[in-house]
Amino acid sequence: MSDGAVRSMRVGRKESAVFLPRAAMSRFAKFLSVSLLAPFLAGCNAVVMAPAGDIAVQQRDLIIIATVLMLLIIIPVMVLVVLFARKYRASNTEAEYEPDWHHSTRLELVIWSAPLAIIICLGAVTWVSTHLLDPYRELGRLGPDRPVPANTEPLEVEVVALDWKWMFIYPQYDIATVNELVVPVDRPISFRLTASTVMNSFYIPAMAGMIYAMPGMQTRLHGVINNPGEYKGIAAHYSGHGFSGMHFVTKGVSDAEFDTWVGDVKGSPDMLNRQRYLEVEKPSEHVPVMHFAGVESGLYTAIVNMCVELDKMCMSEMMSIDEQGGLGHAGIDNLAPALYGGGERNRSPFGPQKTYVAAICSTDEAIAMTAKLPAIHAPNSAPLLGRGIARPEAVAQSNAPALDWLAGKLAFNQNTSTDAL
Amino acid sequence: MSSPANTTTADAPEFYEIVAHDHPAHASTQIGFWIYLMSDCLIFASLFAIYGVLGGSFAAGPSPEHLFNLPLVAVSTTALLLSSITYGFAMLDMDEGKQKSTLIWLSITGLLGAVFLGLTLYEFYHMIQEGAVPQRSAFLSAFFVLVGTHALHVTFGILWLITLVAQISMKGLIPANKIRVQCLSMFWHFLDVIWIGVFTVVYLMGMLR
Amino acid sequence: MTNEFWSFIFGRLTWDVLPLHEPIVVVTFIVVAIAGLAVVGAITYFKLWGYLWKEWFTSVDHKKVGIMYMVLGLVMLLRGFADALMMRLQQAIAFNGSEGYLNAHHYDQLFSVHGVIMIFFVAMPLITGFMNYIVPLQIGARDVSFPFLNNFSFWMTASGAVLVMASLFIGEFAQTGWLAFPPLSGIEHSPASGVDYYIWALQIAGVGTTLSGVNLIATIIKMRAPGMTLMKMPVFTWTSLCTNVLIVASFPILTAVLTLLALDRYVGTNFFTSDFGGNPMMYVNLIWIWGHPEVYILILPAFGIFSEVASTFSGKRLFGYTSMVYATVVITVLSYLVWLHHFFTMGSGASVNSFFGITTMIISIPTGAKIFNWLFTMYKGRIRFELPMMWLIAFMLTFTIGGMTGVLLAVPPADFVLHNSLFLVAHFHNVIIGGVLFGIFAGINYWWPKAFGYKLNQFWGKISFWLWNVGFWLAFGPLYVLGLMGVTRRLRTFDDPSLQIWFIIAGIGALVIAGGIGAMIIQFTVSIMSKNKEWDTTGDPWNGRTLEWATSSPPPQYNFAFTPIIHDGDAWADMKARNAQRPVTGYMDIHMPRNTGTGIILAGLSVVLGFALIWYMWWLVILSFVAIIGAAIMHTFNYDRDYYIPIEAVAEVEDERTRLLSGAR
Repeated sequence: MSDGAVRSMRVGRKESAVFLPRAAMSRFAKFLSVSLLAPFLAGCNAVVMAPAGDIAVQQRDLIIIATVLMLLIIIPVMVLVVLFARKYRASNTEAEYEPDWHHSTRLELVIWSAPLAIIICLGAVTWVSTHLLDPYRELGRLGPDRPVPANTEPLEVEVVALDWKWMFIYPQYDIATVNELVVPVDRPISFRLTASTVMNSFYIPAMAGMIYAMPGMQTRLHGVINNPGEYKGIAAHYSGHGFSGMHFVTKGVSDAEFDTWVGDVKGSPDMLNRQRYLEVEKPSEHVPVMHFAGVESGLYTAIVNMCVELDKMCMSEMMSIDEQGGLGHAGIDNLAPALYGGGERNRSPFGPQKTYVAAICSTDEAIAMTAKLPAIHAPNSAPLLGRGIARPEAVAQSNAPALDWLAGKLAFNQNTSTDAL
Repeated sequence: MSSPANTTTADAPEFYEIVAHDHPAHASTQIGFWIYLMSDCLIFASLFAIYGVLGGSFAAGPSPEHLFNLPLVAVSTTALLLSSITYGFAMLDMDEGKQKSTLIWLSITGLLGAVFLGLTLYEFYHMIQEGAVPQRSAFLSAFFVLVGTHALHVTFGILWLITLVAQISMKGLIPANKIRVQCLSMFWHFLDVIWIGVFTVVYLMGMLR
Repeated sequence: MTNEFWSFIFGRLTWDVLPLHEPIVVVTFIVVAIAGLAVVGAITYFKLWGYLWKEWFTSVDHKKVGIMYMVLGLVMLLRGFADALMMRLQQAIAFNGSEGYLNAHHYDQLFSVHGVIMIFFVAMPLITGFMNYIVPLQIGARDVSFPFLNNFSFWMTASGAVLVMASLFIGEFAQTGWLAFPPLSGIEHSPASGVDYYIWALQIAGVGTTLSGVNLIATIIKMRAPGMTLMKMPVFTWTSLCTNVLIVASFPILTAVLTLLALDRYVGTNFFTSDFGGNPMMYVNLIWIWGHPEVYILILPAFGIFSEVASTFSGKRLFGYTSMVYATVVITVLSYLVWLHHFFTMGSGASVNSFFGITTMIISIPTGAKIFNWLFTMYKGRIRFELPMMWLIAFMLTFTIGGMTGVLLAVPPADFVLHNSLFLVAHFHNVIIGGVLFGIFAGINYWWPKAFGYKLNQFWGKISFWLWNVGFWLAFGPLYVLGLMGVTRRLRTFDDPSLQIWFIIAGIGALVIAGGIGAMIIQFTVSIMSKNKEWDTTGDPWNGRTLEWATSSPPPQYNFAFTPIIHDGDAWADMKARNAQRPVTGYMDIHMPRNTGTGIILAGLSVVLGFALIWYMWWLVILSFVAIIGAAIMHTFNYDRDYYIPIEAVAEVEDERTRLLSGAR
């Protein structure tokens, strides 16, 4: 095992189990699993077992704790299988033989309660950790015993999964990149994710778990990178022809290096406006890194709402119209032909030509319209109110309440549609 | 399962049915058909769930109140509910062995079913004429598929009914035909129950929305 | 004019769709064509068509239908495994800028078709085959409730397989993964025939599966021998009952969701598109509401097989029968409450995720109880290490690991780093191979003598056993490791050269498994051809405990001349213990269903319908649909569906058995 891996294992063992009662068992667990896994992982870069970000470290610890909890029952079972198989083999006539012995209430009680006990422990761990490591939850710490300093502004990154490359928009810096994600170490990162056409999954194993990126919807992810370095970013959900080449570099750099990098990107001649986005969006494979010195205002919101084309109605607008009962017969023919690369899109044999609902007002007007509506705050994502579990720090204030409202509404709608099923 | 376990003493229990018991023909048909209906019911359950999710997605197009004509639906609902009653009369007459009136009641049932089907098709035709095609919005897709699947079932029910009328005319009320009439009866009433769901969820709740 | 005419006749089927530019496919086609011609030629030469048609294809005998299911499953296993080997080879060489030997178009079809074939056309037919063959025997029935439906169900499943095989040579298969999530599987992103093959193959096979489920539930509920109360049913019958309940309660959802996908593709509706208010996530939810119970549909009968094997070869009653039954029922119910664990990463919120995570873990409690029950069945037994018992031990050691990694994946934050990774791939192969497939192999070795009257060759069976076990861990152990290295699934090429060694080991593992399959084929061949077979004259070669061993091997067409009466859970063990005398006189005519060709005709027409739908030959769609309805109605006008086996014939068969039995003693 490499030094780095050992180091982070050790760090993890010392300090990671913050959210669990620090029982001796978990120490034993770490020891056991490290020694068990070591031969397997020696000489290979098991990034999931030796990550570089606090969230992924906690997820790693959870894997180890869960594994050890289960080994408590798995190992005895496997040993007994071998023992019984050996002892009660037919040739061993000395062993007891009770052909009619088939019931023992006491034994059955053990059989059911032993797994039950394990699952109760694991269930409790699951409930707590699922809430604490919820990707939607703002980070409360940068590492064990390292709470996020007050006044830290998380780095906001808007991620768009395109066919077949990743776009990253940095709204705080008004820059964008393709297939390159550069982040300062030890600064919380707040991702908003969506996709242009098909579903994908955004995954930086060294930083945090994956989350789907889906067209017309927004998901969230929070993470932090603690160690400087280059890490793999992966498209983890099969998305078509160019899927295998759809990965990106994630660089954890110091604050100063980050500022230099932002300056470099600012120097790029390329600007990301709607027109340019529609060009970049077209399917392409093995795309080299691209930099954009500026991003058209509201572009990401338009992408989430699937209305980068100016004549297309935004989903937010459509949803608020629908909420008021639609547009009746008048709305039926409010359609515009959907073209793809200048030609007609693939259509069903019995379907009409592909169209989309035409905008009836500009995106700006739609945002202004939604801004007038009363602000609805997304439900508090920290439902735990237990002793010893603090709520995370107050949600960072955003300077665009209308956008937040839209985003919240989208996320909310998406959640409710999931729950409805 | 033709006889209860032989009551024998522990010393000499019987292990084989020496005297054959008459296994009634079609003993499993009804339960089998009922299980099939439950699986069909789950198809409808899925479609209802989908309608529940997509029923409000009008894509800035028309909503139920712009499209539905409740009086028309009331008439078609009445026709379908009546057809269940007439099917019941057919069953009663079949039990009494009255072949001719069974056939008459079955035919009336079929006609009422056809009226229902005609009204549904008219409603579809009317909506498509207005431009409210299934492709226009997710709501319309869900509506056409839910109501259309029910209509498709009614169509098959009518086809089955016609076949059955022909078979009863040819062979009479023999046991094989009787069991078929019973199965179709379950099918027909099942469609009725589903329609009550459709009427409530799609039409009534749609207009109240 | 002529162009329009041809496109009217052939829809979008043109010469261009033939994969002539893919040399691998062309060679495969030539090999398959030659082999197919050889088989057809041999059948013709030996004048076997009439025999096959009369005795097998049109047979409504549950035993023959069961064997046909098994043959279908084993043949398709070869296809699905060939795909697996190709993927392993590609992943083992596509490093350092090499594109490997498969382009994306081909590779993406491979992993999609591999999943579809292995689940729908290997595991399902094999499991259904066992249920068909064994359940009526175990409950002392003469056939299933609806024998014609049984034959029809089989042919519908076979039809689906035919369509999948056709996609190899005419057009292409889906490049979407085995569940074809939209929007990728929508017409806009997958306009070619692939997803249409997927949809219609599964729909046609799904009809068969659902009807077979209805059939077996009715059989188990209504056809049990007198005295066999529910709590005296053999465990395999119990697990079959639960599996079929799951089939009937989950396949309609698959039918519905695939129909909607088809409508989106053919008519342009907006269920799973984004522009007009549709919701692709609904597809993901619905297909997994089917997909998760499907996993238990496969594993429950395997659990049943292992229960039979455990008690037979330990020479003991099954430990904890009651808790075994309750565990099965609990698993059945819970399997509907866990589907969301397949997409924790969709962002459903922590409470929803933890709910589904914990329900998933709860399933491991009854499953764990089952493992313990088998364990304590062995306790104080006399274990004979015949092949089925060896598979049981291998299963218990392998499956517990798979179960453990499964529970690990059920912890949402752990799943966030392991989802869609090779760890996940290793996990589900661990439970499906280590659970379902090992169960099937145990079952084949266990019931082969019942079906054919002689035992399978031990030597080759053992070689196959060891190759499978070693190969399995060689092939999937590295995948667990790779998953922990953050490698995700369905990738065609890799950049990181340090991964290659693991893929090479996995590839070697796949080759070892290939050896296991080869050894199994040799085992069958040697056993069939061998002149000095281990004949089973008693009908009870393993000292079995359930009713299928009470009749001859192979059983007569009517299974039991006299319906057994059940007094105890292990009915046959009880009969043997109390020295029940098999009656040798007093036979009667036996009422049996008549063979019919309607099933194969309807299924054949369904293939035509599916093919016409895939290629947009609308006239053929209408024609074949009308023909299906017409043939079905015609069938209902046939009232002459049964006949009596005369006393003399029964007496002849039974006297022969009496002679064999006395000779054996």
